Amino acid sequence: MATRTFAGGIHPPEYKEQTNSLPVEQIDLPQQVIIPLHQHTGAPCTPKVNVGESVTVGQVIGDSDAFISAPVHSSVAGHVVAIEPLPYFNNTRVLSVVIEVEGDQVWVPDQDPLDYRDINVEDIRQAVRQAGVVGLGGAAFPTHVKLTPPKNKPIDSVIINGCECEPYLTCDHRIMLERPQDVVLGANIARKAVGASKVYIGIETNKPDAIRVMQEVAGEEQDMEVVPLEVKYPEGAEKQLIKAVLDRRVPPGKLPSEVGALVQNVGTAVAIAEAVTLGKPLFERVLTVTGPCIAQPKNLKIRIGTPVSHVLEQCGGFSQTPRKVIMGGPMTGWAQSSLDVPVVKGTSGIVALPESMVSEAKWHNCVRCGKCVKACPMFLLPNFIGMYAEAHNYDKAEKFDVLDCFECGACAYVCPSRRPLVQFFRNAKAEIMARRRRA
Amino acid sequence: MLQAIISMAVVGAVFGGLLGFAAQKFAVPVDPKVEQIKRALPGANCGACGFVGCSELADAIATGKVAHTACTVGGTTAARDIAKVLGLEEETEEKEQPVAHVYCVGGRTECGNRYEYDGIPDCRAASMLQGGGFRECAHGCLGLGTCVRACPFGAIYIDKNGLAVVDETKCTGCARCVAVCPKNIIQMAPRSRKVHVLCSNTEKGAVVRKICKVGCIACKACVKACQYDAIHVEDNLARIDYEKCTNCGECAKKCPTKCIVDFQLGAEAKQAS
Repeated sequence: MATRTFAGGIHPPEYKEQTNSLPVEQIDLPQQVIIPLHQHTGAPCTPKVNVGESVTVGQVIGDSDAFISAPVHSSVAGHVVAIEPLPYFNNTRVLSVVIEVEGDQVWVPDQDPLDYRDINVEDIRQAVRQAGVVGLGGAAFPTHVKLTPPKNKPIDSVIINGCECEPYLTCDHRIMLERPQDVVLGANIARKAVGASKVYIGIETNKPDAIRVMQEVAGEEQDMEVVPLEVKYPEGAEKQLIKAVLDRRVPPGKLPSEVGALVQNVGTAVAIAEAVTLGKPLFERVLTVTGPCIAQPKNLKIRIGTPVSHVLEQCGGFSQTPRKVIMGGPMTGWAQSSLDVPVVKGTSGIVALPESMVSEAKWHNCVRCGKCVKACPMFLLPNFIGMYAEAHNYDKAEKFDVLDCFECGACAYVCPSRRPLVQFFRNAKAEIMARRRRA
Repeated sequence: MLQAIISMAVVGAVFGGLLGFAAQKFAVPVDPKVEQIKRALPGANCGACGFVGCSELADAIATGKVAHTACTVGGTTAARDIAKVLGLEEETEEKEQPVAHVYCVGGRTECGNRYEYDGIPDCRAASMLQGGGFRECAHGCLGLGTCVRACPFGAIYIDKNGLAVVDETKCTGCARCVAVCPKNIIQMAPRSRKVHVLCSNTEKGAVVRKICKVGCIACKACVKACQYDAIHVEDNLARIDYEKCTNCGECAKKCPTKCIVDFQLGAEAKQAS
């Protein structure tokens, strides 16, 4: 099979065999769900419910007037017991709505499935926004914003991202196997919304069954092509995927619309399909619970707001004491200090790693081996940027384009000195942005 | 030998002459006041005034862009010297120099860590991790020394307990540390005020009690103890109104968690509490 790819990148072990043959399951609901009101990139939502009020499945509980934002819906039926800042999977606390689960928990569409061909473009975007759909790959960028490209930049290609290049995660793989029709439907809707002609579905060759299934379904559609891609991290990163599939390079600091491309994750495609045809809000998502410490690794369809501790309980708990529990994939995810945090729209997995897999070696000075330079998919010089950031020379770090780093972690993965390069870059980026705000 | 001496002397004379000519021909007129003002300034280039360094501030003062009291670090002494240079008639008012305080006393022994942190030794980097850092308290001092590195006067150090501490005698009130602290727990206070609520946690008392032995639990004992209406609890945190405070220290005596510290009692008392 001819495979396309980008330059740079790494080949971490995949560890996907634990869950890639397990169908997506549902689990029992927890007693309480915690729904943060800021699960997306952009403006936070303000609560639309009060403490004591009862809510139904799919009811809007938070919204914002800002364009770059997405409403938040209740994932369960019950009543609101608290609205307060609670721990969130990254950094600090986020204003969250706590809902006590009670009553009938089934969501029923109040409309017959619509045919997207009869819906005009503006209504598609509205439906996507109202359903609170955001990118489910991890960054949680509001999808309706992506479906509204600038007028002067026509988009010709929609790329559906089925790479799933992060080790361990298999949720996108399962979505492609189990719901290929919905993926294709979502791709068609996205294609109509941005006025593109071609659809590409990029899948890494370590998922031959998904490639076969998608090829069968996509073959019946016009101008839709499944593109097998080399197994390499970070193949599923937006800019790298565009390079691999279309051989176009997104200029630094610009968006994919600059080169006429739109990238959507397969999970997002399904969410778009459900939002537009059924009016279904994004209140549940598929994620992978895996790692050597999980007793029964699973692919699960989980209501947003379910506490991680409950999810782990439903997977049989820990088989051995974990050293690190990560939300998201092991490369770009966030290590957690508490299991009370809820699953949110951007959570693609929960990975529990044992002591033996967590490096605690001290980091050292750069030995100038240049491995990070070869690994960097953005062609940056992580060695220099890291040293400048370490010396608090942020001006120089900015000159070496630290702002183009999207924190894939390939450099830190290959570093023989175990330098915490991504942390250096994150710190430098935050400092540079703070200085710009002050200026 | 003689040849060498003569040639060197000629070369020296020619270049010396050229330099002397250039110095007069291309001389940039400098206001002599600028030089004098610069001498009156502390010369630390700390940037507290908002200018790039002392030279730029001296320039701005000489041209009348800012008042002669613009340097906080130099304080009244510098302002008076500058007033002399500028020939100002009126007497410069005595202005109190502020001093920085770290509003947290929950060190390693009082407030534990939620997880081990082995990343880069920088508070800003650590505060970007889950939960706002590795300490139990999301508002507390991380003790990785970002403020220590920012201080141009060497007035901050990290004590054995993992806490940033300001040496009042060295602090000049430039507020560089205030700007870099990601937890916003370093604040300026009037130098004459000696009683401070050294806690920044705005969570409810019950939560604070669980995670820190010396956190403010918003019990309001201090509010009751104060005869001058100078201490109030807002957002579950006691704060002193420094304009009303008289340094009586009653609140510090009543504080059950000892997060109110009376610096008049001296170092030994502080250690004991």
